[in-house]
Amino acid sequence: MSLLEVKNLGITFGGLHAVEDFNLTLEKGDLYGLIGPNGAGKTTVFNLLTGVYKPTSGTFYLDGKELKGKKPVDINKAGIARTFQNIRLFKKLSVLDNVKVGLHNSMKYSTLTGILRLPGYFKVERAMNEKARELLHVFELDGEADTLASNLPYGKQRKLEIARAIATNPKLLLLDEPAAGMNPNETNELMETIRLIRSRFDLTVLVIEHDMNLVSGLCEKITVLNFGTELAKGPTEEVLKNPEVIKAYLGE
Amino acid sequence: MSKNQPSPLSQKKQLRPVTKKNLVTYAIVIVFFALFQTLTVTGNLKFAYQSLLVPICTNVIMAVSLNLVVGVLGELSLGHAGFMCIGAYVGSFFSVVTEELIPVTWVRFTLAFALAAIAASIAGILIGIPVLRLKGDYLAIVTLAFGEIIKSLVNVLYIGKDSNGFHVSMSSSGLNLLEDGEVILKGPQGISNTPKDSTFLIGFILVMLSLFIVTNLMDSRTGRAIMSIRDNRIAAESVGINITKYKLLVFTISAAIAGCAGVLYSHNLSSLTANTNNFGYNMSIMVLVYVVLGGLGSIRGSVIAAAVLYALPELLRGLADYRMLIYSIILIVMMIVNNGAFFLKLRAKIAQSFRNSLQKKKNEKEAA
Ligand SMILES: Nc1ncnc2c1ncn2[C@@H]1O[C@H](COP(=O)(O)OP(=O)(O)OP(=O)(O)O)[C@@H](O)[C@H]1O
Ligand SMILES: [Mg+2]
Repeated sequence: MSLLEVKNLGITFGGLHAVEDFNLTLEKGDLYGLIGPNGAGKTTVFNLLTGVYKPTSGTFYLDGKELKGKKPVDINKAGIARTFQNIRLFKKLSVLDNVKVGLHNSMKYSTLTGILRLPGYFKVERAMNEKARELLHVFELDGEADTLASNLPYGKQRKLEIARAIATNPKLLLLDEPAAGMNPNETNELMETIRLIRSRFDLTVLVIEHDMNLVSGLCEKITVLNFGTELAKGPTEEVLKNPEVIKAYLGE
Repeated sequence: MSKNQPSPLSQKKQLRPVTKKNLVTYAIVIVFFALFQTLTVTGNLKFAYQSLLVPICTNVIMAVSLNLVVGVLGELSLGHAGFMCIGAYVGSFFSVVTEELIPVTWVRFTLAFALAAIAASIAGILIGIPVLRLKGDYLAIVTLAFGEIIKSLVNVLYIGKDSNGFHVSMSSSGLNLLEDGEVILKGPQGISNTPKDSTFLIGFILVMLSLFIVTNLMDSRTGRAIMSIRDNRIAAESVGINITKYKLLVFTISAAIAGCAGVLYSHNLSSLTANTNNFGYNMSIMVLVYVVLGGLGSIRGSVIAAAVLYALPELLRGLADYRMLIYSIILIVMMIVNNGAFFLKLRAKIAQSFRNSLQKKKNEKEAA
């Protein structure tokens, strides 16, 4: 069974078909790219897959379970986690606490245990700290564990978002322009990190990106969106040579 | 715990900054209490000032509990006095009815607190439900209305007791009490003869309890979830935080604590009535001022701002005409110092250099 099965997914805002007839099948372990010009509907696809928007047509399945119409919280619990194009960190929380919020549903103790400082509090908190630091280490953020998230430089904020998403223990990770604002060095490092986390955390990754180096270096297959519809789909090399795709990107 | 498994405290030799911060807050309250209790007992505090002590505790508790909603959850509430009102009336009613039945003061008073906390938290849940759908200005208006409705409601409510049990009505004649009956809640005249059980010691204990609950809550899994909702609702949902659950929880806990503040308030007076200044929007806004000036999300700030700003107008009474002028200036200065970017940086710098010098001394000592 495929990990993700998207069938004829679509949404209209007023009269605008932001996404129409979107189909996608991801196998476990895929590193898949979603590209297209500005306003093509890429972020909207992520918002549909994470329940931020309710689709006006079509449906999608994760591990055979239909998730259409489910709330963001339940979709995350089912195994989809994401990052945001316009970074959305918990700004007034420390870097460590941002990741610990991601661990909320996998490591638990009750509110009363927390207030009364019962043994469970210390035990679970210690385990959470360990796990969170381990994740920060993967992204080389362990030195900044106690920094406020808003005080991190831009590139590290993007990494922290990924760490927080992985903390929720997802099967499918959606990355919305993870390399935006990074220099070529940072981008190369990021590519390494994404490959690393895929194997280490058993992830399937769907990534939106404008940086063609990252796309061709990282993704085995891609889909190109244009005006909300699929323009091309297939192995990265082939698709990027497609004259239609070149035209859509470079204009007439 | 087995021997080779160190206890969580001994394993961490260094206290975490959060823990340290909370301990300092507790210490400030304890020192304040010890100082003024000593002054009172030794007869060195003017009676006029003694009478400020319990109300200061009431205001501190109100500010701490409102900070949980406004500073920690990030929702604006203008009806916090409504919860205090419910607590005050439920607590007083209970104490008046059971004064002869339960002669042991502390047992009766503890039960009054528990009952008031439950009643106020039920109101918290009721107001919390519409709040889940509202944001910003709309929420502010609804909570404001809630506070006013509670205040108006207790002003037209009559409850009496006779050998048949309790009678509730919207007018004094509607009670239809028997000969042996007695009206306990008399509409606009409120409840009289509440036992004066509140003391500075009990106020102090209650302040410490609310601090314990709120600071420990903030520094826990639940607290992080609440603050994540404040910082970014969409991101919080995306990592599986149940917004509804935590918003309701905050409103419930905050209301329960405010209800207890109401009991403390009403057992400090012999007759309880509800007006704009004690339970209306004036009070709600005053508490909001404490919270904002003390710093959103800063519990210690709320404690200090509430204590200072409540006591100040009384202490300035001697200055007659200049009183309100000085008060306003102090308000403005506090606002700038606590919320201005420049002063926040300055404060951080001072704190940092203080820490550095401490560290240096420590290092020197170790080297020696
Ligand atoms: N909530 C909304 N209401 C109305 N229109 C929307 C909404 N969200 C997205 N759109 C529209 O849908 C279209 C697709 O937007 P989307 O953000 O998905 O583009 P994108 O491919 O992510 O572009 P970019 O590369 O700039 O991030 C745009 O025309 C946008 O204005
Ligand atoms: Mg986008």
